[in-house]
Formats: sequence, C-alpha cells, structure tokens
Amino acid sequence: MRVKALETLLSEKGLVDSSAIDTVIELYETKIGPRNGAAVVARAWSDPDYKARLLENGTKAIAELGFEGVQGEDMMVVENTDSVHNVVVCTLCSCYPWPTLGLPPVWYKSAPYRSKVVRDPRGVLSEFGVELPDSVEIRVWDSNAELRYLVLPNRPAGTDDLSEAELAELVTRDSMIGTALVAAPAS
Amino acid sequence: MNGIHDLGGMHGLGPIDQEANEPYFHEEWEGRVFGMFFANFAQGHFNVDQFRHAIERMDPAEYLQSSYYEHWLHAFETLLHEKGIISPDELDRKQAELSQAGDS
Repeated sequence: MRVKALETLLSEKGLVDSSAIDTVIELYETKIGPRNGAAVVARAWSDPDYKARLLENGTKAIAELGFEGVQGEDMMVVENTDSVHNVVVCTLCSCYPWPTLGLPPVWYKSAPYRSKVVRDPRGVLSEFGVELPDSVEIRVWDSNAELRYLVLPNRPAGTDDLSEAELAELVTRDSMIGTALVAAPAS
Repeated sequence: MNGIHDLGGMHGLGPIDQEANEPYFHEEWEGRVFGMFFANFAQGHFNVDQFRHAIERMDPAEYLQSSYYEHWLHAFETLLHEKGIISPDELDRKQAELSQAGDS
C-alpha cells in the first residue's frame, strides 16, 4: 500500500508513467537473465579466440553478443581452472551483472552470504554443495558500483561433441556466480 | 563510510537460504519498486550513488530486519523527501486515502 501510494503520487505529479514501469518489469522478467550469461560461456568454451577476447576485455566481448547496459557497464570475466575457483559477492550491497545474469537471487543480497563468503568461502561453497580439493585456490571477488564480475566456469568432461547451444543449456546461474560447478550432461 | 551495510567478514548472521526457481519479484509491489527506480533515475531526481547512500544511512537495526526492496522503498522516501518532491506527510495521507478507498 505504501508503494501504491508512492507510485500514485509520482504519477499524479507527472513524474512516473505506470506503463513505463510495466515495461521495465516485463523486460526483466522475460528478456534479461542468466541465459544471456550462459550464451557467453558457451561461446567462450567453443571459440578460443572469443575466450581470449573475453578474458582480455569482458565488457567488449560480452557486448559482441548484444548484452550490455545498466549494471553491466564494466565487466571482468574470471576463469575457473583446475587450480583456481572464483566466487563473486557484493559485500556492501547487491552489485551484480544484470545484462548477463539478470537480477540477483535473494540469497546473493542477504546478510549471511555477504558476510560469510569473504571470511569462509569453503564453508559457503559447502552450503551450496560444492566441495573442492584443498589444492584449489579460491578467489573471492567483491563487486562494486563500477565493476561487475562473471565467472567463466570449467567446461565439464565429456562435452566435446556438444554444440554451442547444447553447452549453454548446461550453464547455470550459480555456476557463473561461482557457487556451483557445471555438471556434465546426463548420459 | 563504515556502517551496517559493510557486512563483509561479520560473524553469526546465520545460514544462507537458497530458493529453487526463484522469481525476480516475490510480490507485485517489489516489481513496482524496481520499475520506479528506473523512472526516478531517468527523471534525474537522484543518481545511483545517492540512492545507495540513502540505503546506507538507514537505521542499522531496521537495515538488518527489512528486505531488499524495502531498502529501496526507504531510499525513495528519503530522497524524494530531501529533494522536496514528496513529503512523508503527503505520502501518509495518500496511503490513508487509498486504504479507505479499499484499494490494495
């Protein structure tokens, strides 16, 4: 009701157009989400030149696929390998790469995740069901208003024959935040 | 500025609640708040840094107890009041008016 009152007042003052709000909501609910990021990851797995451009200048390479704009103005892509695993957080609030991942889940914006992942990343990964060998270094990236991160997950074994579209199907939102691994396809 | 929003490293805030197939907006009003962010931003009433700062100035106890989009609503109210666009009284009156009209 408070929100309704605010929108009504802004609308009466000619400061807000309710149909424009409808459009924004629809845009995010239907067009902007983690399928975009999955397309970026699948391209990087399939095309070594693209991957090199992506790691060199994430913002430009992601824009090649048409994903850019609000809350994704400056992107850095961090690559998982057999010896390094990356996890992204925004300890201060909720910074997140909207054009590639959409809007963040509640847990990403919550006090428990923000406080703990920088102190005990292995414990947090464990809460997400991810156990990594001690030999794997975990890097935690704290996003900010200017720079947002996207994790390039490890390509699972047994996917050599998959098309780019099939690869994209495997890539989950959490794997691009770093709180999940990409599972091999069920055979 | 060091404040309650600076949560990195803090202990004891509990387990991380995950939700499968989570929608962007759990209730309709959350979507309206999200959409109003663009509208207010586009109108030039405030910029993203002012918006974030308004959240960071929240009462610490209230900050921890309220949800994400409640933070946003709080920031709108604070900034629109400070810019002289909508006063808290005005908002209270409109809310009462809508309540009486039985609107939801």
